[in-house]
Amino acid sequence: MPGTVVEDIEVTHAGQGGGTGIPGGGDDGDSGGGLPAIPQRAYFTAISMGLGAILMFFMALISSYIVRKGLGGDWQALRLPSILWLNTLVLLASSGTIEFARRHLSAGEPADFRRWWRITTALGGIFLLGQWQAWRQLVAAGVYLASNPSSSFFYVLTAAHGVHLLGGIVALVYVAFRAWPAPSTALGAAAARSRITQSTAAEITSIYWHFMDGLWVFLFLLLQLGR
Amino acid sequence: MVTHDGGGAHAHHPPAGFIRKYIFSTDHKVIGIQYFLLALVSVFIGMFLSLLMRLHLAWPGAKLPFISGGIMTPEQYLALMTMHGTIMIFMVLTTAPQSGFGNFFLPIQIGAEDMAFPVINMLSFWTTFLSLMVLLAAFFVTGGAPITGWTAYPPLSAIGEITGPGEGLGQTLWVVGIAIFAGGSLMGALNFITTTIDLRARGMSLMRMPLTVWAWFVTAILGLLAFGVLLAACILLLLDRVAGTSFFIPGGLVVTDKLINHKGGSPLLWQHLFWFFGHPEVYIAIVPGMGVASHVLSTFSRKPVFGYRAMAYALCAIGFLGFCVWGHHMFVSGMSPYSALAFSVLTMSIGVPSAIKTFNWLGTLWGGQIRFTAPMLFAIGFVSLFVTGGLSGLFLAQPSIDLYFHDTYFVVAHFHLIMGVAAIFGIFAATYFWFPKMFGRMMSEPLGKVHFWLTFAGVYLIFMPMHYLGLVGHPRRYADDTGAYFLAPLHNVHLFITVSAIITMTAQLIFLFNFLRSLKWGKKAEMNPWQATTLEWSIPSPPPHDNFAGKLPAIYRGPYEFAVPGAVEDYIPQHLAPEEVARAR
Repeated sequence: MPGTVVEDIEVTHAGQGGGTGIPGGGDDGDSGGGLPAIPQRAYFTAISMGLGAILMFFMALISSYIVRKGLGGDWQALRLPSILWLNTLVLLASSGTIEFARRHLSAGEPADFRRWWRITTALGGIFLLGQWQAWRQLVAAGVYLASNPSSSFFYVLTAAHGVHLLGGIVALVYVAFRAWPAPSTALGAAAARSRITQSTAAEITSIYWHFMDGLWVFLFLLLQLGR
Repeated sequence: MVTHDGGGAHAHHPPAGFIRKYIFSTDHKVIGIQYFLLALVSVFIGMFLSLLMRLHLAWPGAKLPFISGGIMTPEQYLALMTMHGTIMIFMVLTTAPQSGFGNFFLPIQIGAEDMAFPVINMLSFWTTFLSLMVLLAAFFVTGGAPITGWTAYPPLSAIGEITGPGEGLGQTLWVVGIAIFAGGSLMGALNFITTTIDLRARGMSLMRMPLTVWAWFVTAILGLLAFGVLLAACILLLLDRVAGTSFFIPGGLVVTDKLINHKGGSPLLWQHLFWFFGHPEVYIAIVPGMGVASHVLSTFSRKPVFGYRAMAYALCAIGFLGFCVWGHHMFVSGMSPYSALAFSVLTMSIGVPSAIKTFNWLGTLWGGQIRFTAPMLFAIGFVSLFVTGGLSGLFLAQPSIDLYFHDTYFVVAHFHLIMGVAAIFGIFAATYFWFPKMFGRMMSEPLGKVHFWLTFAGVYLIFMPMHYLGLVGHPRRYADDTGAYFLAPLHNVHLFITVSAIITMTAQLIFLFNFLRSLKWGKKAEMNPWQATTLEWSIPSPPPHDNFAGKLPAIYRGPYEFAVPGAVEDYIPQHLAPEEVARAR
């Protein structure tokens, strides 16, 4: 089948792989050595695939919720703690602040970036504390994990979301506290070949954060309207 | 640091210490071998469990080793069956073809230095290892291993030891172990997908990827979408077991005169969640084997793969349809006949891409200059078993016929042939084919051929008679057929199967001997012992730590350029520039 032989290397476009993003040249600095090269776009591929897997996980729980509720019988509507409204507002606000932070970073204003990034991290922490408080209110009202399928699902869904959001907070802290080489220096340029850069890390963290925010709004509506 | 002219990436050097190099390694090749060895240990454990079961079926009164009390009880039989299925499906068929060979060869075949995320790659192996340890621990706790089968249907799996030995801590360990496995597999899938999309060398367009890479890529997507669902299902089942919830446990359940204090749950909900994962899982086991079969058939027929594009698209179609057919495992669950019809039609439509693949495999063989090496024999065996096992699937895909066949040995024969043995043949083909590249030595060809013929004949002798057992209505999962008068005339069939199984299992020792002996005493392998075209054959055997010694290859042609008219040799490797080809003429 010689028909597939071509005289030139077919250039595939950057977004589709083909390796055009792998830098040429061999004069790697100290920080790049010892690690294989990886283009920054791979991190964006990974976060979108990872979110796809997370979405499937939550879809399995959500469809179980719908099916289990549809069986009727023992399902009792759950009175959701009102603090959840406040938590929702806090998380929505954090999506705004992370966006401010990201824009300051790309505009080359690291001090403003750090401030808004820290505010986002704090808001994430406040949200989790608020969720904990919601659990305590339910417990105080005598509503436990096994009390009713509606409460079982409430605890499972909020816990699963909380664990994922905690992962987001870990990422926020990592981006804030890691010593990033400045991209303008030779060291930074060398590191960008084999490691994640600060701007990539900040961007994929915000993608994840927005996703967790949107997921929570969806879960909250489901629990509120579908109870 | 080493400097290379002519582009490519910088070299990266292997770690020095033993632990970083061989235990907690981030090198995709070491991780691939770790996965392969994990599967190798697991497959012999799983095979030994089935040997005990077969011995008991043939001689129900016999005292057996490793069985407490000597003579196997029905509960012990079920525990062996559960662990056999779980270990074989998760620890062998999911790890070896995908995580083992895929890890080792996917980055090399696309011209990358490593996986996209080497540390996550390492974590995914050690997570899988932990999961195996947790599963095996179930043998050693009070009550022993669980008895619910690899599908763990509730309520049996959900309400604790009242339903039998092994349903206490053993079943809890099983659920936890599988949840951990799901986590490890998700990390692996993420790595495979990102690597395939973003780390291909210059010129390696999608339609120039070897079909093995296509197969690993499709399998990774299946894993990414399926294992999250399994994880969610395991969490809910675990809560039913330990936290008193009622997701899967129905109300009014009475077990041994005791009313179970749960209400309102749905055992069917587990079945839907489980099979939404479970059917794609079947393809996770077999699709990499399809890739290997295409690759090996083409290499040893000295012909391009017949219909390369159709093969790639058929892989994608099989992967997609795999998510639409889970209901065919539940035809007897009382589902609406209309749903059953939809699942039935969708299931039979998988026959179309499967037939395309089979036709193209035969088309690849047709008129080729066939070299009957050990890997080639196993690849041809794969095609044979895929067809035999697939045809019985067409029977089972029809709800009215499945009503009769459900839970009989016909089903056991079907899934063992297509998902068990065919996938194992894919693994054997891959092992004989890539062993020289992985370990730098050749395996013995004569021993490989003896291994092939004994195994090929053996598996048909084992599983063909099981179809007849199923046709006459022999239920599966029965520990002993002598108690039921309608099964008594079938006992000689069981004897026949057991004898065949013992011979076939003994033949696997030939493989093990060949494998271990060749590691040390095999003939030294050259760079390209099979005259193959893909990138792994352009680097030394075994490959250096950074695969391409710091200089990433460029790709000029498709992966299967065999029998090229006018070429000096009968093949042109993917990385050979047109000038070099012209110069050689």
